[in-house]
Order: sequence, then C-alpha cells, then structure tokens
Amino acid sequence: MSQLGWARLQFGMTTVYHFFFAPVTIGLAVWLAILESIYVATGNEDYKTLVKFWGRLFLLNFAVGVVTGILQEFQFGLDWANYSRFVGDIFGAPLAIEALAAFFLESTFIGIWQFGWDTVSKTVHLLAIWLVALGTTLSALWILTANAFMQEPVGYTLVHGKAEMSNFGALLTNPQLWVEFPHTVLAAYLTASVFVLAISAYQILNQRQPHLFAKSFKFAAVAALVFGLGVAVIGDAQASHLVTAQPMKIAAAEALWKNTGAHAPWTVIGIVDSRDHQLKDAVQVPDLLTILAYKRLSGSLSGIHALASAAVKQYGPGNYVPPVAPVFYAFRVMIFAGVLMILGGLWATLRLRGNRFLTRRRLLKAMVWMLPLPYLANTAGWVMTEVGRQPWVVYGLLSTAVGVSPAKTVPSAEIILSLSAFAAIYTAIAVAAVFLFKKYTDLGATPEQAGPPSETDHYLHVV
Amino acid sequence: MDLNIFWFGVIGILFVGYFFLEGFDYGVGMLYQFLTPDDTDRRVALNAIGPTWGANEVWLITAGGAIFAAFPEWYATLFSGFYLALVLMLLGLIARGVAMEYRSRHDPPAWRRMWDWALTIGSFIPALLWGVAMANLVRGVPIDAQMNDTGSLLTLLNPYALWSGLVMLVIFLAHGAYFLDMKTEGALRSQAASAARWLGWPAAIAEAILLLWSSRLIHPSAWAVAAGLLSLGSIVTAVLVYGQKTIRMAFFLHGAGIALLTAASFLALFPDVMVSSLNPAWSLTIYNAASNPYSLRVMTWVALTLVPIVLAYQLWTYWIFRQRVSPKSPLEY
Ligand code: HDD
Ligand code: HEM
Ligand code: HEM
Repeated sequence: MSQLGWARLQFGMTTVYHFFFAPVTIGLAVWLAILESIYVATGNEDYKTLVKFWGRLFLLNFAVGVVTGILQEFQFGLDWANYSRFVGDIFGAPLAIEALAAFFLESTFIGIWQFGWDTVSKTVHLLAIWLVALGTTLSALWILTANAFMQEPVGYTLVHGKAEMSNFGALLTNPQLWVEFPHTVLAAYLTASVFVLAISAYQILNQRQPHLFAKSFKFAAVAALVFGLGVAVIGDAQASHLVTAQPMKIAAAEALWKNTGAHAPWTVIGIVDSRDHQLKDAVQVPDLLTILAYKRLSGSLSGIHALASAAVKQYGPGNYVPPVAPVFYAFRVMIFAGVLMILGGLWATLRLRGNRFLTRRRLLKAMVWMLPLPYLANTAGWVMTEVGRQPWVVYGLLSTAVGVSPAKTVPSAEIILSLSAFAAIYTAIAVAAVFLFKKYTDLGATPEQAGPPSETDHYLHVV
Repeated sequence: MDLNIFWFGVIGILFVGYFFLEGFDYGVGMLYQFLTPDDTDRRVALNAIGPTWGANEVWLITAGGAIFAAFPEWYATLFSGFYLALVLMLLGLIARGVAMEYRSRHDPPAWRRMWDWALTIGSFIPALLWGVAMANLVRGVPIDAQMNDTGSLLTLLNPYALWSGLVMLVIFLAHGAYFLDMKTEGALRSQAASAARWLGWPAAIAEAILLLWSSRLIHPSAWAVAAGLLSLGSIVTAVLVYGQKTIRMAFFLHGAGIALLTAASFLALFPDVMVSSLNPAWSLTIYNAASNPYSLRVMTWVALTLVPIVLAYQLWTYWIFRQRVSPKSPLEY
C-alpha cells in the first residue's frame, strides 16, 4: 500500500474508534443530567441509585473518549501536514475554539461531578452534570463546523494556493453544518438511548433490581423511538442537501452510473458491480428516490459518468469517482440499522403500559441484541460521509492525495509503525473497557447488597 | 503589538499553564508507586490529582489547537517533523489517561500493577519528550526551503536535547513531590516529603547546567537569559525555604521556576517559532507561519472572551478540592 493509503487507514481507524465512544458520552451526559434533575426535584433515592449506576458506565466510556480525542487533535499535523498548511487558517479556528469552549468546560465539571458528591451542594452537583452535557454538545458543534467546511467549503478566499478565512460567520451558518450537526447529535442521543435500553433489558432479564431498571427502560424506549425518528427525518434532509451540494456522493450512495429518468426508483438492496458499472439483483421501490431527493413526484438525478466528465471539465483531468461499493453499502447499513432501532423502540414503547415489558422475554432479548446497531450506524454514516467525498479531502479544493504529509518527512515505515502501535493500544483498551463494562453491569445498581464487600466498593459508594 | 506577537504570547502562556499544571500530575504519576507499596496510599496520591488532571491536560490540547489556528505552518512542520516522538508521547498520554480511570476499578493485584506501570510510563514519556522537543525547537532542526523537517527521530535525540529532557523530568518529579507533600496526609505525605528533599537540589543543578549549555549553544536574547536566571533562582529558593510549614511556598516557587523556564524557551525562540539548522532564512517565524490577519482577529476576540471564564472556573475547582486527601477521604480513583 502507498504512503497515502497507510495515512488514510490510520486516520480512518483512529477516528472511527474515537467515534465509538464520543456519541455515548454526548448522549449519556444528557441522560445523567435528566436523572439527577429528577432526583434533586423529588428526592427519590431510586434516581440517585440510577445516576450512580449509569454514571459508572459513563465514566468508563468517557475516559476512552478523552484519550482517543487527544490523538485526533494532533493527527492532522502528523499525517496531513499539507492539508494543515492548506486549511489551517480556517480549520484550526474551530478546533481551538472547541478546546477553549467545550473541552475545558466538560473536563473541569466532570471532575467536580465525579469527585464532588460529598463536597459540593446538591444544586452545584446537578449544575456540574448539566455543564458537562453542554460541553459535550458544544464539542460536537465545533468539530462538525470544521468537518462541514471540508464537505462544503464556505467563508474562504484562495490566496497563494491556500484557503484563508474571510468570513467566520459563513463557517457557522454553513448549510451543511445545520444538517450535519443535528443529525450527528440526534444520532448520539439515539446511541445512548439504545445503550440504556439494551442494558436495562439485560438487567431485567437477569432479575437485577427490575423495579429500578424498569424506570430506565421506559425512558429509553420512548427516547429510542423519538430520536430514531428524528435521525431519520434529518438524515433525509441531509440526503436532499447532498443532491445539490455533493451530487457525486449521492450518485455513489445509490450506485447510479447513468442519469436516471424523471421517476427514479430507490434501491433497497442490490449488488454493486464496480467493474461493469452496474447494480445487479436490485430490489427497488419505484419513484422513491425522486421523492426522497426532491420531495416532489418528478425529477432526475445525475449519474456517475456524467458527473465525472463534468468534473474533468471543471477541475482538469483526473479520477473524480469515489469508491462506490463502500458508500452504497454504508448508506444501507445506516438506514437499516436506523429502521430497526425505530421498530425496536416502537415495540418496547407499545409494551410500556402496565409494565407489560417486564415479563416479555422475547422483547427484552431483542432489546439486548439492538446494542451493536447504533455503533454500526455511526460508523457507516461516517464511512459514507468521508469515503463518499473522495478524492477530495476538502470538497472541490484539495485532493486527499495532495493533503498528505510529504513522504520524505513522514515515510510509510513511520506510519506503519505508529498505526501498529495505535492498533495495539486501542485493542488492549477495548478489552479492558468491555471487561469493566460487563463487570459493573453485572454488579447491578445496588452492588452493596449484591455480594461480599470488595475494595471496589469504595468506588461504588462515591460515584 | 501586532496580533502575531500576541498569539505567540498566548501559546507561550498555554505552555506555561500546561507545564505548571501537568508538571505535578506527571510528577505524581512517575513517583507514586515508588513512594509506597500500600494500595490505599497509592490511591491517596491519585485522588490528590483526580478531580483536576483532566482539565490540566486540556491546556495541552488548547495549545495544540491554538498553534493550528494561529500558526498552521508551525503545526504542520512541528508535528509531521517530530512524528515518532509525538506518536510516542501520544501513546504515553493514552495509556496514562485510561490507567487513571481504570486502575482502581478492579481488585486483583496484577490488574493494579499493570495500570500502575501504564500510569508511570505514560507520565514519564511526555515529561522527558517535552524537554527534548523544547530544546530542539530553540536549537533548530533541519528544515528545508519548503518548511519540511528533513531530520529523523535520531536528529532529535542529540545530547543537548536529551539533557533538556532530563531536566524536565527531574523538575517535574520534584514538582510532583512538593505537590503530594502539600495535598496529602499520613504515611504518603512523609514519603513525599523525603522525595522532595532528595529531588530539590538535583533539579536545580541539572537546570543550571542546561542554562550554561544553552548560553553557549544558542546565544539567547537578554530577555531569555533573564527569565532563565530568574527560573533558576526560583527553583533554588524553593529548595532553601522548603520545610514543614512552608511547603506551599516551596511548591509555588518551584512552579514559578517551571513557568519562567518555559518563558525563557519561548523568549529564546522569538520571533521564530521553529529554527532551521540548514539556513536561517528557512526558519519559521511568527509571520511566515501565521494565519491571515482576519483569522487572527477572530481568534483574538474568542480568546479574550473565553479565557477569563475558563480561568475562573478552573480556579474555583481548585478551591472546591482544596482539602488534603487522606486514607480516610472517600477515594474515587
Ligand atoms: C445512530 C446513528 C445513525 C443513524 C440511525 C442514521 N444515521 Fe445518518 N449519519 C450518522 C449517524 C446515523 C452520523 C455518524 O452521525 C453521520 C456521519 C456524518 C454526519 O453528518 O452524520 C451520518 C451521515 C449521514 C449522511 C451523509 C451526510 C453527508 O455526507 O453530508 C446521510 C445522507 C445520512 N446520514 C442519512 C441518514 C438516513 C436517511 C437515516 C435513516 C434512518 C440515517 N442517516 C440514520
Ligand atoms: C468522528 C467521526 C468521524 C469518523 C468516524 C470519520 C471517518 C473517516 C474515515 C473512515 C476516513 C477515511 C476516508 C478514506 O480514506 O476514504 C476519514 C478521513 C478523513 N476525515 Fe473523517 N471522520 C470523522 C470525523 C471527521 C471530522 C470531524 C473531521 C474534521 C475535523 C474529519 C477529517 C478527516 C480527514 C482530514 C480525513 C483524511 C483524508 C481522507 O482520508 O479522506 N473527519 N474520516
Ligand atoms: C477528527 C476530529 C476530532 C478531533 C480533533 C477531536 C478531538 C477531541 C479531543 C482532543 C478530545 C479530548 C478532550 C478532553 O481532554 O476532554 C475529544 C473528546 C471528545 N470528542 Fe472528539 N474529536 C474529533 C471528532 C469528534 C466528533 C465528530 C465528535 C462528535 C460529534 C466528538 C465528540 C467528542 C466528545 C463528546 C468528547 C468528550 C469525551 C468523550 O468522548 O468521551 N469528537 N475529542
């Protein structure tokens, strides 16, 4: 593989890994803030017990999100030096603001929250978790401001072959941002909802404080349904936006090599044949793609062939077609996962009345098995977004091949070495994290009563 | 003063904050398992930095972001040029961060031992490497006309830089020892006190040698020399005043020494941000590495609004957790 290939692999791997943890943090922070608000408002100790249970899992997750984030902050300089030179003027600003406005907030108040149960008043403690929730959401806003610029460059002028910021307001009002940010944050809320739903179902199945986990289950069931629908609605808006903003990405996501007619069908599933430029064994719903793209009954979409020759005219000779198969399949994985989560949320919601869900083992088991879905959907979403933008790293301005660090400064061997090291340490951390997640789930919400006391009880009392 | 100078100053201050604050976190991380074999005492040490180390680390992340925003060429050249060193440092920071949270979550001694080492090594690496990196920044690395560093990891590991790394290491160790003496109670505290007594003079002597070496090697400006001497003075005074009752003063004097040493490095660098050892004309400066004036203006407004707020709530956290930590305190880590 080329130096560029290794650099891409390293970026993709480390970023996807970071995004395994970030959405759970964003969503669970809000979840904890809501639970603790109820506790403070009602004084009901059950809610405090729940805050502590979910808080333990939150902290285990948070730690990994933070350390993988540190790598993210520096890796544009590591492997993408030319990219950093080209866009640093614009791209660096949201990153620096994210650190100042979001990371300080979140890391300071998480300290107060985690260590302050006996030190600060109930109100200050509650305020702390709300500020953490605010911090994580702000963090998403600023990093996505940066990413939205790469998808849809705005507010810049090209000076001596570099993009210079000319309008900060335009960065913040980037239309891409205002579909990407709500979609990602709702996806994060959905991720946390399914996380809570799955683990609550698991606890109920195992007869661990079912009366407590029933409370979590009820919230999470409704939340999964609501956020699932929200993600789908915004996702649809995103796809419509792409039709004009990045038509090539949509063409790839639909594996359309030829222009469609005025009544384009939507492909539910099919087999992409990239060599012969066709879609085989496709199952299609007539007219649906036109409706999704334009919200009206007729309209055609351009295919890859036409878009590629238009791009050659605009940018000069070159290959402007992203890898079609990964984009096509990633889009479907995301949508199917989303639909399944909506259905799961609906099923659970329908069984809430009279606590019927407590005895429906099939329902509870299905909820447990939903846990991988948000992770799959998140990863697939980013694969679609980022791979579908290729060969550009900044759409229409800078190609990925040009953005990489010069090979004489950062040779392949160094990237392979660092990639192996990161892969090793990330794997080790994943094993430890999963082990502890399992341990603290199995200890249940009131571990003091669960078995012989152990030293870790310290931790259980405090959090 | 133009905004380029202002931003060079901001980044200098961010590094001062980072080295001052994470300096004692790294020191604690490197020391604690050697101070005591007792698990509860080890936890006392970690809980002393527990509520604040995360926010302390954000000083580094912010410094990284600020370099990217204000001097993108510096960001690009530095981190691609110091590639393997930076990767090593990131691995250390990753191991350390997870270890902090995971160590006390499970009882078996083997588990604790594993994370203790992750924490110690993960604190040791950045402490050493930042010293190495700062020395190479002021001394110069082989940067070519396209602003690309053509050196390798071995170029960075020259005797002068390694000595600077050692200085940083010892100074942070002493910083951690003073901190634990100030923030903890019981058996751990007396162990920390004896470590502080052991480390004070070596830190001062190592720094004195570094300053002497620097004055011959890089011809620093008068301002840099003044800051360096004040730093040494502070560190020596810390050793001299150090005692049971004056531990707080010693800690802050030593911390001031760290701050002034950082300031000295930045003053020695100014107005360059990275020196080319191949040709002075190829050095990166606060002008040729900078973002455009508009971008700097935007960032200035952002910084002037946010920094005071951040400082206020960070100070407040230190106030909340001002109590000493003892084996009887609730131990979260
Ligand atoms: C739980 C996660 C999740 C779920 C269920 C969905 N998405 Fe999504 N999607 C994401 C998580 C996500 C994401 C990881 O957050 C992405 C990556 C970039 C972004 O803006 O959000 C994304 C990107 C993304 C994009 C690409 C945007 C771009 O390249 O600019 C489109 C078109 C959609 N989504 C559409 C949908 C639709 C129609 C869904 C129907 C159910 C859907 N998503 C469910
Ligand atoms: C956290 C969620 C994200 C995920 C999971 C993700 C995923 C990916 C993946 C899989 C690639 C490789 C694409 C390829 O090689 O074809 C990539 C590339 C890249 N992404 Fe993202 N991305 C995320 C967010 C971001 C954000 C927020 C930014 C900007 C701040 C960004 C900037 C980049 C850059 C610079 C590249 C390298 C160029 C390239 O290979 O395309 N990514 N990302
Ligand atoms: C490539 C782009 C990214 C960079 C450079 C980056 C950088 C970072 C850094 C430095 C941290 C640690 C902060 C600390 O020490 O407290 C962090 C954590 C975090 N990041 Fe990312 N990040 C990226 C992508 C994303 C995306 C796309 C999201 C969400 C939409 C996100 C959400 C978060 C959140 C919520 C945290 C808090 C800690 C946690 O995740 O557990 N990040 N990120």
